[in-house]
Amino acid sequence: MEYESIRELVERANERNTSIGRLVLADQAEEMDISEEECLMDMDRMLIVMEESVAEGLDPELRSTSGLTGGDAYRLWAYTDDKDTTGHPIDDTVLGGFMSRVVARALAVAEYNAAMGRIVAAPTAGASGIMPGCLVGLLEEKAVPRRTVLEAMFTAAAFGMVIAKKASLAGASGGCQAECGSAAGMTAAAIAEALGGTPEMAETACAMALKNQLGLVCDPVAGLVEIPCIKRNAAGAAIACTAADMALAGIVSRIPADEVIAAMKESGDALPASLRETGTGGLAATPTGVRIREALFGKNR
Amino acid sequence: MNVFDIIGPVMIGPSSSHTAGAVRLGRVAWKILEEEPKRVDILLAGSFAETYKGHGTDKALLAGCMGMHAYQREVRDALKIADEKGIAYSFTPVSIPGAHPNTAVITLTGTDGKKVTVKGASIGGANIEVEEVNGMPVMFTGRHDTYLVRHHDTTGVIAAVTNYMMFQGLNISNFRLSRKNRDGEALLMIEVEGTAPREILEHMKELPNVISAILIRAV
Repeated sequence: MEYESIRELVERANERNTSIGRLVLADQAEEMDISEEECLMDMDRMLIVMEESVAEGLDPELRSTSGLTGGDAYRLWAYTDDKDTTGHPIDDTVLGGFMSRVVARALAVAEYNAAMGRIVAAPTAGASGIMPGCLVGLLEEKAVPRRTVLEAMFTAAAFGMVIAKKASLAGASGGCQAECGSAAGMTAAAIAEALGGTPEMAETACAMALKNQLGLVCDPVAGLVEIPCIKRNAAGAAIACTAADMALAGIVSRIPADEVIAAMKESGDALPASLRETGTGGLAATPTGVRIREALFGKNR
Repeated sequence: MNVFDIIGPVMIGPSSSHTAGAVRLGRVAWKILEEEPKRVDILLAGSFAETYKGHGTDKALLAGCMGMHAYQREVRDALKIADEKGIAYSFTPVSIPGAHPNTAVITLTGTDGKKVTVKGASIGGANIEVEEVNGMPVMFTGRHDTYLVRHHDTTGVIAAVTNYMMFQGLNISNFRLSRKNRDGEALLMIEVEGTAPREILEHMKELPNVISAILIRAV
C-alpha cells in the first residue's frame, strides 16, 4: 500500500470518520497479512528501542566513535533539572521544562547514534532523534496513552512514505531538509494527532514543520553524522512541537502540505553536490570544519 | 514500501550506508563462505576509505563477516569480539577507479584455507549492491530475497534449478549467470518475488553439479 498524497490520506480518514493513524494501521495490517494488533506490536518494538535509545543517550560518559561528540544531551538534561537550596525545582530554562527535555531527548538519541548505539531510523539514522525526542516526551510527561502514540506513528510513517515518493528522505539527494526536515514534518503530524487534532491539523502540522526546514543543506563535518547533525535533531524536535501547537490552535498553512513537499523536491534538486552529504561545502568547508577533518583523517583527500 | 521502511529499521548507528549497509555487505561474504572465517581482509575505497574509522565502518564490516545483523548491539564491539575469537583482520584503504564511493572488497579465509572474495557497495538507506563474487560479476541489490547458486559450468544446471523453483511456485524477478571461463565454475544469481523459502536450499545443493546454494534475505 503506497500513498500518493497527504490530501488523499486526510480525505480517506474523514470519509471513514477515523484518524489517519487508524486508517494507515488498517491498510498496513491488511497488506502485511497480519492483524492490527500484531501490526501495533511491531510498531511498539520500534517505540521500545526509541525509549531505550533516549535513556542510553543521556549517559554523561557517552562519546562518539570519532570522539567529537557526546555528553551534551546529559548537559541539557541536567540544566533543566535545576533545584533551589531546599530541593524545589526551578524552571529557569527559556523553553520551559517540557520543551527543554524534549530537546534533550532528541540530542540523546542523536548522540547515541553517533556512538554506534542502537536506534530506529526515523526516517534515517541521521535524523533519528526527532521522533523519539517528541514522542517519548508525550508518553512520559503528557500522559498520552501508549496506544495513541503508536497509532500516531502510523500517521508519521504514511506521511514519510509520501515524502519518500514525491521528494526524498536521503541527505545525499535532498539535503538535510530530506532527513531532519522530513523527521520533523512526520513527527509534527504525529503529535497533532496524538493530542486529539483532526486529520487536517496533522496535515497542517506537517506542512508547517517542513516549511521551516525547506532548503536546509546537508554539510556534515568530516563526512560524519555528528556536526551539525546532532544539534539539527534538537532544532527539528523544537520545530515539530511548534508546528503541532500552531496546527492545534487552528492556524492553517497557507501552502498545503503536498505543495510544500513538491517545493522540497525542487529545492533539493537545486542544491549543489557540495551541500548534499559530500562533506565538502557549508559547515564542512569552514576553516574549523576542515581542521577537524584533517585532525581525524589527515590532509590527503 | 511499508511503514517499517520509514520508521525502521532498528540499527546500530551512525549511518545507514556506513554502518547498516556495511554489516549487510559483510554478511553476504560470511554467507558465501558458509563458516566463520579465520582471516578477514578488507579493502576500502572512496568514502569508506576516508571515513571508515569515524563511522565505525571497520567494525560494521567485520561484524557482518562474523554473521552479525545490523541491529545487534555487538556490532559496536566487533573488533574486540574478533580478537577474542582469534580472527585475524586487516583494513586497507585503496583507490578503485570508477567504483561507487562506498565500496569494499572483502576476502574471507576459512579454516581449511577456503577463500571467498566479495566486492560490493553500500548505496544508501542500508541498501547494498554486490558486484562480484570470487571475481565473477553478479550485481544484486539485496532488496529482494536472492539465491546464489555456485555450480560447475555444464549443460542442464540452470534448467534443473529453475525447474525445481517452478515446482515450488517461486516466481523469479531477476536472473543472471556469470562464469569465469567455459567448463569452469559458474554462479547463478536468482532474485525472487516475496519471501523465498530456506528449505529448498538443501534440495538445490543435491542437484547434480551444484557446488553450493545460499539465500540472502532482503532488507
